[in-house]
Amino acid sequence: MSATQEPDAATTSAAAGAAKFAGSDSRKFNYFQPKGRRASHYEDMTVDVQPDPKRYLMQDWIISFADGQPAYNENWTAAKSTDWHQFRAVDQEWERTHYQRQSTIVGMIANVVENGRRSGAVTRFDPAWVRVLQNHLGAYKHAEFGLGMATMQAQRYGYTQMVNNAILTNSSYKLRFAQDLTLYLGEIAMDLENFDQDAGKQHWMDDPVWQGVRQSIETIGGCTDYLEQYFAVNVIFEPMVAELFRSGFVMRVAASQNDFMTPAVVSAAEGDYERNLANTVELFHMLVLDENHGAHNRALFNHWLEKHGALAQNAASQLQPIWSEPRVKIAQFTDAIEQQKNRMRAIGSEIGLDVRSILD
Amino acid sequence: MPDSLSLTKITGQKGMSIGEAARRVADLGWTPSYVQEAMTFPTDYKIKKVPRDPMKQVLRSYFPMQEEKDNRVYGALDAALRGDMFRNVQPRWVEWMKLFLAIIPFPEISAARSMAMVGRLAPGEELRTGFTMQMVDEFRHSTIQMNLKKWYMENYIDPAGFDITEAAFGKCYATTIGRQFAEGFVTGDAITAANVYLTVVAETAFTNTLFVAMPSEAARNGDYALPTVFLSVQSDESRHVGNGHSMLMSIIQDPDNHLLLERDLKYAFWQNHAIVDAAVGTLVEYGTTNRDKNKESYAELWHRWIYEDYYRTYMLPLEKYGVKIHHDDVNAAWDRIVKKNYIHKTAQFFSVGWPVAFWRQEAQTEKDFEWFEHKYPGWYAEFGNYWQWYAKLSKKGEKNILFNQDVGYVYPHRCWSCLVPCLIREDMCTGEVDGKLYTYCSTVCRWTHTTAFAAEYEGRATPAMGRFSGRREWEDCYHGWDLADAITDLGFVRSDGKTLVPQPHLHFDDSKMWTLDNVRGNTLGSPLRAIREMTPEAREKHIAEYRAGFTVNVPN
Repeated sequence: MSATQEPDAATTSAAAGAAKFAGSDSRKFNYFQPKGRRASHYEDMTVDVQPDPKRYLMQDWIISFADGQPAYNENWTAAKSTDWHQFRAVDQEWERTHYQRQSTIVGMIANVVENGRRSGAVTRFDPAWVRVLQNHLGAYKHAEFGLGMATMQAQRYGYTQMVNNAILTNSSYKLRFAQDLTLYLGEIAMDLENFDQDAGKQHWMDDPVWQGVRQSIETIGGCTDYLEQYFAVNVIFEPMVAELFRSGFVMRVAASQNDFMTPAVVSAAEGDYERNLANTVELFHMLVLDENHGAHNRALFNHWLEKHGALAQNAASQLQPIWSEPRVKIAQFTDAIEQQKNRMRAIGSEIGLDVRSILD
Repeated sequence: MPDSLSLTKITGQKGMSIGEAARRVADLGWTPSYVQEAMTFPTDYKIKKVPRDPMKQVLRSYFPMQEEKDNRVYGALDAALRGDMFRNVQPRWVEWMKLFLAIIPFPEISAARSMAMVGRLAPGEELRTGFTMQMVDEFRHSTIQMNLKKWYMENYIDPAGFDITEAAFGKCYATTIGRQFAEGFVTGDAITAANVYLTVVAETAFTNTLFVAMPSEAARNGDYALPTVFLSVQSDESRHVGNGHSMLMSIIQDPDNHLLLERDLKYAFWQNHAIVDAAVGTLVEYGTTNRDKNKESYAELWHRWIYEDYYRTYMLPLEKYGVKIHHDDVNAAWDRIVKKNYIHKTAQFFSVGWPVAFWRQEAQTEKDFEWFEHKYPGWYAEFGNYWQWYAKLSKKGEKNILFNQDVGYVYPHRCWSCLVPCLIREDMCTGEVDGKLYTYCSTVCRWTHTTAFAAEYEGRATPAMGRFSGRREWEDCYHGWDLADAITDLGFVRSDGKTLVPQPHLHFDDSKMWTLDNVRGNTLGSPLRAIREMTPEAREKHIAEYRAGFTVNVPN
């Protein structure tokens, strides 16, 4: 108890329950409506931390940009929402769960790479496959970095903490994976003769196979609408290009080239994407169903689909020659692209968008 | 086992060096040729030199390291509960955490957002990696602090105030100061906001008082949770200091930037002083029950960390690049703390406003008086009577101190710039912007509003600089309201619908706790409206009287 005043006779402790008085049992954050029956820990950590004149920001934003734009503005995306605060990230990430998951992935990759290298697995990779890793996985890591930087930019603009934190963790996953690939290639290079670690960037910048992908990524980076970026990353680029390369090629083909390590490294990104996708679908589904702005949003998203879908489709088709490079050919590009089209249809269906126009 | 054999020797294999890994990671970026990156956050600075990342850290070492730090934090929280920490914690201290932890998660997450603003400004890719890690760090800080707050709410005797935390943050007369702090990170010129104000000044200088002084005081009050969380937070700050300095070194190489840099260092230092010293100084010196005369006062801590460590070893060396450092401001800030009683006057202001707070503020007592007098000679003569009044008027049913004419306290004007009131009465000044009159706590704050936050600075166009906006004077929001209605509108009423969340004491007893009925019948007013409505002559007289100060009467 306080040393500074005469304690109440009944109160000898400052612990919960030591006294009963008005408000003494109010032990839940009570300023927001939980999504479910009870607030999740994620909601408690996240909701309303970014304030808002529509909720409790009585004095409004108190510093503006030179043109009068406030610190956060609903108009920073062309999408409209009756209530942005309704969104909750499906993966429910806050710092502790984020670090736990990221750290687990780092450990998993470290084990695979260490034990694989120790057993000499890298030296048994098929030589043609090693060239694929050097040139194409090496090029692809830059695409992941581009997605990470685009989402890093996008996390500044959202109208609520929930939107921005979901985009922030997305960025964190993309940046980690870009680094995972970079360091993985650097480590297997130690076990291989003549593995050129700079070749990947050269292919990224100059190889016609990768120019469609680079154009697609740079277009996302050039967007000034943060939700267009988030949409283009997770609704279009990831399923149409990134998963096509990761799942449809690397993870399907590698084992036949004596490579069990690369699929393990790449699998982390597939797990990351499932979570990022779930958050994205939740947000855009909410916007498509918005009682006041659903039609506007659907038209907008269709426009984004056309714009980024065309680029992604072009990027995907330009990747086709890569499927011919491994010595042991067990996967067809046409099968892989069909699978990704199905994936797109599923995503479109979950959000409530018709994606046929960009697939057929 | 032979001495020479170890697991590392058996299992070790050649890996990439840290330098090589950092170099490879930095090479992930490229110069776009199809579409240029959108530059949506403008700056008036020119950035030509490629900044370097001094930390050379990669995410695969970062994530496990952070997880390990988290494990220690959460383990310590569990241990604190098992050790029955709340049985012995000082309520005076935890009450102030309702304010502090309402404020701090928003500045933290704002810092994450601001990384997007500088991320695309710097040429080259190396420092971007540093910015990305800082972004994730700040996400960590914001949510780990929310977790701590929830933990206090669940385990401390009086959860009221914690339970409304983010709503209170948006509405309170004190948190407005914290919002000024945080919005400065994310608005206006991207370099001014995200580099100079945030990293070069706030993180490099003032996190020491925030995240080191505060935890020390927490521990002295039986709170072992705050130190474990905040020292863990502080351990990330060296990365941010490195980011800030690296960007600063890139900017400072171009003499064309010096004028803006001088402006921003002046603005950022003074605002950080005005805001952080007001808040943290009060928490550390008035939220504590520990009156060990051997411990450093806030003034002594400030001298060590801000004056010696920051000013002398960080700011002064910038002069060799040709940048003018505002020595006079540093000295003026020091004088405000040690000669003009800035912190004591802030604590006094906070306590006068207790009915519109959302935490309890108890009176300072004889034991406190002795410590203050020891550390700040002359303190008792200026503040002794006031705190005796406060103790007397803390009893339910008394006329509350904000409106009690017998006390002699004069409610202050709000500074339009830092949003801390004009507490050092003799320094209060006014100015005009676009034909409107404003009040300021100091000439530097007036300069910040009238000169720094403008479209032109010393003849140079500054189109990227931010502007002050919104209903900046809190008092204006409730001008003409009855105090009880204002408290109801604020939401600072307990679950019974009548007992106030704030209390001027630490009695956990309904019979002693103030209700709406105890504060009804008093009307709030805006000092700014009042001074604007005065005739020039009346205003001049009013300002002269204001500057002359007030005298608190002897308690009867």
